[in-house]
Amino acid sequence: MIKAHWAALCVLLACSAQAAEPAGTIKVVKGSVSIERDGKKMPATVGSQVEIADRVRTGKESSVGVTLRDNTLLSAGPHSLIVIDKFTYDQTTQDGSMSIGIRKGTLSVASGKIAKRTPESVDFHTPTSVLGVRGTEFVVEVVGGSDE
Amino acid sequence: MNKSHVSLALLALLMLAGCASERFVLLPSADGRPGAVVVRDAGGEVALDNPYAATMRSVGGKTRYQSSVEDVQARFGEALAAQPPRPTSYVLYFETGGNVLTPGSQAALAGIRQEIADRPASEVMVIGHTDRVGSVEANDRLSLKRAEGLRDVLIEAGVAAGKLEAVGRGERDPLVATDDEVDEPKNRRVEISVR
Repeated sequence: MIKAHWAALCVLLACSAQAAEPAGTIKVVKGSVSIERDGKKMPATVGSQVEIADRVRTGKESSVGVTLRDNTLLSAGPHSLIVIDKFTYDQTTQDGSMSIGIRKGTLSVASGKIAKRTPESVDFHTPTSVLGVRGTEFVVEVVGGSDE
Repeated sequence: MNKSHVSLALLALLMLAGCASERFVLLPSADGRPGAVVVRDAGGEVALDNPYAATMRSVGGKTRYQSSVEDVQARFGEALAAQPPRPTSYVLYFETGGNVLTPGSQAALAGIRQEIADRPASEVMVIGHTDRVGSVEANDRLSLKRAEGLRDVLIEAGVAAGKLEAVGRGERDPLVATDDEVDEPKNRRVEISVR
């Protein structure tokens, strides 16, 4: 019995040491959507976690919706590539920061708690521009952007 | 690099830039509060601070224009249709000094459970708060205890434990600002944020 407990504890510890802090969760998937992580590509489904450094890619006639841990809502249309470059959020103090890249396609954003509390620590960037936000909603389109 | 190489590289850059265009449109915010986006690039910055104010960037430079509901729908309809449901927040209240819910809050729990069940891949933050009666440390403990207590109630009601996170914010984040040691029922609460 005690041994079993130790084994369970070790598994728990190993998991918590390995798992990166998730940035958010996929809530909506239409068509073909994938997450690229550490050079591997996996299909995204409702409930998939999105982590820092993940690339979220949509195919033809596809779209995806993600809710980040600070309640930021991101959604991308077809042929889009979105990168979670940075995300930190402390649920107790509500301090955090994020940096999201739109390499190509369309993205709609409804900003969350981090943008409300510390807008200076939030940015969205395209191949040529950086957006600063003040607690708000907006859309971005990048035509002919990079595939990487 | 000689001159012809430089101009070749420049040409390549221009061709790349020629294919690329970017567009930014500020939308009205759901809560009706004024918002703004500042778009910065090598050439300076543009502030969009009215609903549907827009800027387009291409090889010719930046152009400001006024977009519209129809224009946004045509370009961004599919992205907007995939927007996750907006998070909702509920507040439940406690009887003085303990972790027993008021009768009204007890009754509100059923609706919250339903919402957790209805949302796709729902996640729930349970955030405890106290009034300012007692020390900061004691209130940190009490707020976490309240949050954990409510988390357990939700688990018993069939909500998967993995969806739930309990946090205590003590007396730091009052709904009603008071002096220290004031018994304020509105501050003895747990917020449940469902996303």
